[in-house]
Amino acid sequence: MIPAAFEYHRPSDMSGVLAILQEHGDDARVMAGGHSLIPMMKLRMAEVPHLIDLQDVGGLSGIMVGDTITIGAMTTQADIIDNDALAAAAPIMREAALQIADPQVRYMGTVGGNVANGDPGNDMPGLMQCLDASFTVVGPDGERSIPARDFYEAAYMTAREDDEVLTAVSFAKPAGGYAYEKQKRKIGDYATAAAAVQIVKDGGTCVSAAIAMTNLSDTPVYSQAASAALVGTSVDEAAVKAAVAAMLGDIDPVEDNRGPVAFKRHVAGVILARAIERAWSRA
Amino acid sequence: MSDKKHYKLTVNGQAVDVLAEPRELLIYTLREQLNITGPHIGCETSHCGACTVTIDGKSVKSCTMFVAQADGKDITTIEGLGSPDGLHPLQEAFKEHHGLQCGYCTPGMITRASKLLEENPNPTEEEIRFGMAGNICRCTGYQNIVKSIKAAAAEMNAAKEAAE
Repeated sequence: MIPAAFEYHRPSDMSGVLAILQEHGDDARVMAGGHSLIPMMKLRMAEVPHLIDLQDVGGLSGIMVGDTITIGAMTTQADIIDNDALAAAAPIMREAALQIADPQVRYMGTVGGNVANGDPGNDMPGLMQCLDASFTVVGPDGERSIPARDFYEAAYMTAREDDEVLTAVSFAKPAGGYAYEKQKRKIGDYATAAAAVQIVKDGGTCVSAAIAMTNLSDTPVYSQAASAALVGTSVDEAAVKAAVAAMLGDIDPVEDNRGPVAFKRHVAGVILARAIERAWSRA
Repeated sequence: MSDKKHYKLTVNGQAVDVLAEPRELLIYTLREQLNITGPHIGCETSHCGACTVTIDGKSVKSCTMFVAQADGKDITTIEGLGSPDGLHPLQEAFKEHHGLQCGYCTPGMITRASKLLEENPNPTEEEIRFGMAGNICRCTGYQNIVKSIKAAAAEMNAAKEAAE
């Protein structure tokens, strides 16, 4: 497979990256691990006349764990899995990363690429919405922060401007129980349905919940209604059913090689119920 | 626009200079320019793992990296692990335990397994299966591959102990 020809750039700092983006506009794209972009280029579904490889740009990888957790865009899924401080502070990150792709891909695939690409099949966007994360982007006018819940507009369309680069994700250290539950046909596949759930329990009552779904619409779906259906309940069968029903009102799957719409909605319900039960048991 | 460029790689300990278009996939550089034909082209779509090599300590599918990205990198292929006269313990174990039938996936399997054992010298069966999930074999049913990796781990651990 031979992608269309391109000019390869490997700048050593962010100002170099931004200068190339300014000069070439739509014709330039940044690449982190390349494991979403290169397959698209090989299929000639993406043509990138100016490819900007971020590997030599300093300061883009690393994980900082405190009350706020910040993860550099070039941090790989393997880095996420290996980081014990992160696994202790936000265990849902490791649980989700272990379900992404396969070992080789996790060595290369990055958090930044996963969230910035805007592919509805990617797992990190839904997870970031569940965690109410913010994305830091930098452009010619400086830095700004965009909430993950406002970032996704449509498949591959995000609030990031073409001349901006996503440099980090950050979120408050999550509280309570967690689960990332994913149904996929085989290792390396995108989700048929996946659910990210964080639940806080006080006494026997759910005091807050956050629920987001993956690959069930052309964007990740943060379901405010499903989250609200759990709050104030003891997360019994009726509450789980109500949350699932609310979630089903927010998703909009389409038929593809993972199955017809009715099947996807069925799987989404099963996966969310499992995720809620597991998160509650850990709360 | 897409003129050929010189790229410097270290492959199996040897510094090499290749002239290629940046879009050339690393697997083609290895196989067609450097005659390193151990890594195979299976699916060419990042799924099968037949093209797996080790780059700067990471297992990488070399069909999913442009040669330009690999400029300056240290690459190890199956050819760098053992030789016909001195097989790597993994190669020996795959031979002894029938870890291959047609052999097409084997270089990628063994290269990936070498990295797995470096990170986890004494893996359980479950850890082996999880750590090898990026490599597909259509012949063996995996049972003997798992057995081979377990045997190689035991052999390598025993050799390490003997050396200490």
